[in-house]
Amino acid sequence: MTSVLALDPAWWQETFLIKVPIGLLAVLLPAGTIVYLYLFKAISFMQSRLGPMEAGPYGSLQLLAEVGKWLQKEDIFPTKADKFVFAAAPFVVLMSTFLLVVIIPAGPDAMFVNLDAGIYFAMAVSSVSVIGILMAGWASANKYSLLGGIRAAGQLIAYELPLILAVVGVVIQAGTMNMQGIVLAQAEGEILGWGGIGNPFILTQFIGFFIFMVAVQAELTQAPFDMPVAESELVTGYLTEYSGIRFLLFFIGEFASAGVFSAIAAVLFFGGWYIPGIDPANDIFNVIGPLILAGKMMAIAFLIFWFRFTFPRFREDQLQRLAWKFLIPLSLANIALTGVLKVVV
Amino acid sequence: MSQIPGILKGLKVTFRTMMKTLFPGGIKNPVPRPSEGALTVQYPHEKEAPPTRARGVIALHEGNCTACMLCARECPDWCIYIEGHKELAPPRRAGGQPRKVNALDRFDIDYSLCMYCGICVEVCPFDALFWTPEYEFSELRLADLLHDKERLSEWMHTVPDYEEYEAGSEQKQRKVPR
Repeated sequence: MTSVLALDPAWWQETFLIKVPIGLLAVLLPAGTIVYLYLFKAISFMQSRLGPMEAGPYGSLQLLAEVGKWLQKEDIFPTKADKFVFAAAPFVVLMSTFLLVVIIPAGPDAMFVNLDAGIYFAMAVSSVSVIGILMAGWASANKYSLLGGIRAAGQLIAYELPLILAVVGVVIQAGTMNMQGIVLAQAEGEILGWGGIGNPFILTQFIGFFIFMVAVQAELTQAPFDMPVAESELVTGYLTEYSGIRFLLFFIGEFASAGVFSAIAAVLFFGGWYIPGIDPANDIFNVIGPLILAGKMMAIAFLIFWFRFTFPRFREDQLQRLAWKFLIPLSLANIALTGVLKVVV
Repeated sequence: MSQIPGILKGLKVTFRTMMKTLFPGGIKNPVPRPSEGALTVQYPHEKEAPPTRARGVIALHEGNCTACMLCARECPDWCIYIEGHKELAPPRRAGGQPRKVNALDRFDIDYSLCMYCGICVEVCPFDALFWTPEYEFSELRLADLLHDKERLSEWMHTVPDYEEYEAGSEQKQRKVPR
């Protein structure tokens, strides 16, 4: 990553002056943009209203006002709460988001760590958030929180499988688990011998993309899969007892992971930082790559929020049935088909 | 599988609403003007004119009130407070007896209790109470929502005239006392 800037900093300089600020920026900036553009504005337009308009031009500073409000609030611990677990839960959820950002490639050299099994690592750390949510639900000493936490655990485990199985199709086709390798496989791929636009895997793995997006929707507990925080039944599920900065951390975690998962989807199915017309080895991708990736990410995040704003909540049994009886068989069939075609073609 | 057309239809509805709000000019004039496309109004800056018969606040025409207490007794919330006393007024014709009239000392409506049912307006036999469409009378202190008769009389100038009756009606046109 530092080779991009042609610097040779010491380890601590590289960590604290470059990697940590960029990592924070990579998590908070997309989260803030997504909240403003989609949660505040797109949903308002879909309901024929304007959304926040007072704070800043077109309400663009509304999020800062909200953050300021949350920071001022009292950090309440329920009397019977398990204090340490209760306090740690939001950090566990946020940690899984930050760990996901680490492996996303934003350019040929612009990434934090280039793991050989990058996508495997991503799928592994994305499940850590379940533990944080269960911790929050259990430690709150509140039956609604516990029910919400258990629902979240059941849901996230059920949708982890289609998520991973959908990725397997891409991995088979790319022949690598390395995120850069997946981008390059799409950049250098050919469609029936024509390499004009590379071979974005959305063209061949559209079933995988569909399963991936449905599973991401459930992983993020966005409506219509938001039973863990179903406010009409469970107050707000595992978030019930949280206030102030800890609620803010959960909130950032939710929308930052929406951004990160969109970025992963962009890498897996839309060629990540690559756009057709420029040689993928060109260094210019270290500069424009992050912008291209951000553009693709925002487009995919729009899909997530479009679904969120359109559909009402599932019932718990419908949710489980969709995962186990429809998505998992479908993704297994997709894997089988991809495998056969990989061998035959 | 049978759910898929419904899912797509739902997505179409939300997307079209978003586009209509964002681009009220449609495809021919794609300039984002959400303030025109939205159905809502940015309240403190721009205001919607309420319908003339909207139930905003109740106005009192003090001269018509005889302190008969009908409104206070019919009020479901008991939020009208009336005090009055009898006075002698000069006789109508010279040589007649002085008339006894009810003079109004106090007429308060507590808008922190009022539920805007309008029974007092309907029950008033002397056309002393009227609905007006004004709605901006919020206060910082709860006690300030108790409007006395001076305050209630101030609303009188905002009372809209009765609508014209339809052609051929033999009813006498009602007039708002000014």
